[in-house]
Amino acid sequence: MSQATDVNTLQLVWFALIAVLFTGYFVLEGFDYGVGILLPVIGKTESERRAMITTLGPLWDGNEVWLLTAGGALFAAFPEWYATLFSGFYLPLLLILLALIGRGVALEYRSKHASLTWRRNWDYAIVIGSFLPALLWGVAFGNIVRGVTLVTQPAGNIIYGGSFFDLLNPYALLGGLTTLTLFVTHGAVFLALKTHGTIRVSANKIAGQIGIVAAVFAVVFLLWSQLSYANGTTWTWAPTLLGAGFFVGALIANRLGREGWAFLASALTLGMAVIALFGMLYPYVLPNIDRVGPALTVANASSSEYTLKIMTVVALILTPIVLMYQAWTYWVFRKRIGAEDIVDAEKGSLDEIYS
Amino acid sequence: MSALDLSRWQFGITTVYHFFFVPITLGLSWLVAGLQTAWYRTGKEKYLSATKFFGKIFLINIAMGVVTGIVQEFQFGMNWSDYSRFVGDIFGAPLAIEALLAFFLESTFLGIWIFGWDRLPKKIHLATIWLASLGTMLSAYFILAANSFMQHPVGYSFNPENNRAELNDFGAVLTQNTAIVAFVHTLSAAFLVSGALMAGISAFLLMRGRAVDAMRTTLRMGAVVTIVAGLVVAVSGDQDAKIMFQQQPMKMAAAEAIYETESNVPFSILTVGTLDGSTANCWLCIPGLTSYLATGDFGATVYGMNNLQAQYEQDYAATGITDFKPNVPVAYWSFRLMIGLGGLGTLFGIWALWATRRRRIPSSKWFLRSAAVVPFLPLFAISFGWIFTEMGRQPWIVFGLMGTQAGVSPGVGAGTVWTSLIAFTLLYGVLAVVEVKLILRTIKQGPPTNLPADPYAGAGTEDRPLTFSY
Repeated sequence: MSQATDVNTLQLVWFALIAVLFTGYFVLEGFDYGVGILLPVIGKTESERRAMITTLGPLWDGNEVWLLTAGGALFAAFPEWYATLFSGFYLPLLLILLALIGRGVALEYRSKHASLTWRRNWDYAIVIGSFLPALLWGVAFGNIVRGVTLVTQPAGNIIYGGSFFDLLNPYALLGGLTTLTLFVTHGAVFLALKTHGTIRVSANKIAGQIGIVAAVFAVVFLLWSQLSYANGTTWTWAPTLLGAGFFVGALIANRLGREGWAFLASALTLGMAVIALFGMLYPYVLPNIDRVGPALTVANASSSEYTLKIMTVVALILTPIVLMYQAWTYWVFRKRIGAEDIVDAEKGSLDEIYS
Repeated sequence: MSALDLSRWQFGITTVYHFFFVPITLGLSWLVAGLQTAWYRTGKEKYLSATKFFGKIFLINIAMGVVTGIVQEFQFGMNWSDYSRFVGDIFGAPLAIEALLAFFLESTFLGIWIFGWDRLPKKIHLATIWLASLGTMLSAYFILAANSFMQHPVGYSFNPENNRAELNDFGAVLTQNTAIVAFVHTLSAAFLVSGALMAGISAFLLMRGRAVDAMRTTLRMGAVVTIVAGLVVAVSGDQDAKIMFQQQPMKMAAAEAIYETESNVPFSILTVGTLDGSTANCWLCIPGLTSYLATGDFGATVYGMNNLQAQYEQDYAATGITDFKPNVPVAYWSFRLMIGLGGLGTLFGIWALWATRRRRIPSSKWFLRSAAVVPFLPLFAISFGWIFTEMGRQPWIVFGLMGTQAGVSPGVGAGTVWTSLIAFTLLYGVLAVVEVKLILRTIKQGPPTNLPADPYAGAGTEDRPLTFSY
């Protein structure tokens, strides 16, 4: 644990910023994934499905950039972490990439053509493409917090020494089920907030049902994390309990039909979960599973001070600007959408004369 | 095949594929913004019709660029983790800034542009497409600055303590001549492709009598863009070659298949030789031109690969690399295909302007046939340009600093890379078919003709049905 003492302020700032970027990604794309998974569950008719996808239409791509920024920031600020993690978690990341490719194209292309076969095929891509990342990011974070087998190369580099199947341990799989169910709940709450009519009613009901399941998974997962993998950190009990409180609040607000509050509380739940997990992880960024062998820490995985300084200035200037214009997008598209707003649902936007 | 070779194939396939969509995005975003501005200024329906039409093609294209771009960022870590460790301190920063500055701008404002026709005031809606275009351009700059570091590393020092290259002058990385010339060359090539695409599609529709007013305008607009961009591509390409003769002489010697150091070196336009140095590479040659292209002097000395090989064996003995020559036929032919195909695209621009002079509408069968082919010529020219510049840099991943073999992920086996290589190739193949099908459908449908006089009418009014939905 001696490495912890060497951590400088900039490294700490960037560890926190990586947590912020993943929070942004989970809060924003979390509901995208949730809506995608619920597409065939809530969207029974073509109009309903199109209305659901339209709630995401102007937003999903901007939301996904949070992942790209998190990846880029990981590369820039913690190259050793990025290199070991991405090469070590190769196959899960491959699945996530394939899912995101299919899903992104599906969202953009689905409604451009009138054929129902065409649309059913893209529906599969949307559901699977939303399901896999929602599950696999939880599995990945579970493994990061739990620690993995790490070995030192002759040149001194620390690389992943386990296999693909080592990543599928019960704790990490529970992490996957936690993110999956949390994202579905978050997506249902988002849908209830952004729609009216039949979609709103079903979304509200499903949020309450899946929410209970998510609560059970999340509580067991965070307790297990705190008791087994917290590296002696105790302050993380605070965000854990706060997160639990927010989630209860989200479910109550959902029950009362206060959708704005429900969405805010569910977003805060995800934020608290990320804070708790990153807090437990510290001072590591990728611990060794035995907590004895070689490990990557905030101190030994980071970039040079010069690079971190430049990146800090860039992040301090740009992040508030990004937050402002993304918030503005959400304001522009604040209006609720319902199945009855979709004109000529069976038609494709490339088949219409005016689109 | 080893994990190294497979990772190289995967990087090559996914990058060439990704870069089919990138130049069209880079150029077409500005052209669509230009069309919408023309409509904003003049109120003429033909500009609105053209904005909607090319906007659709642009959106079908960019969806593919966006999703295949995620792979690019991830595979440095997945397949090239030792490279990522070695240069992450330098290479990561432009990538992160690209995402934070450019990708957010592009994706957020594009979302607003697509869905914002009836939600925003006219002027603000116009601003969103310009901001999205600016995002695409900024993204090109940062990724090219990162790539230029691999071609010609600057602004760093080697830290023996942790065995990696560390940044000490970010300004140098962003402003070195390699990066600036690469940016101008890539961006102008993107406009060349987009201009040719616009001209080709417009010519096809015009000759079928579809939306004649709009298509005649966009045909001429595309042609002018193609010609101007073609000139900038040529000038910047010449500059780039001169810089590369200094910074990466081996790459340029391979491009010309020059084995022995000589003066007054001719430029080989075509060859029937084997390119292995056993036969002369001159079948059709212009005397002294290579010397001139390298330095501006027809008599100048140009280093040959054999001499460079001997010199590098001494300079870079510590790297363990024994063969410093890239694949010569690949370098030689990709270089010529780049120039030839790009040049043909520009010639079509001139032909198109001539064929539409003084209100004429082209009628030649050959013009129509060319129009169908011409958008692909500069697009493939760009692919060959990247194949040349990346294959020509071999055996280096970062020139002079790290061999490609040293950059590959040590813990990732051949079976794993086979899995991803096959998965990406299959998925990309299917999506290519789908994408082309959708674009052809859009072209067949043609530009909208019965547009409402003011698509913004009623903007801000609540409770009107959506004019656009997914």
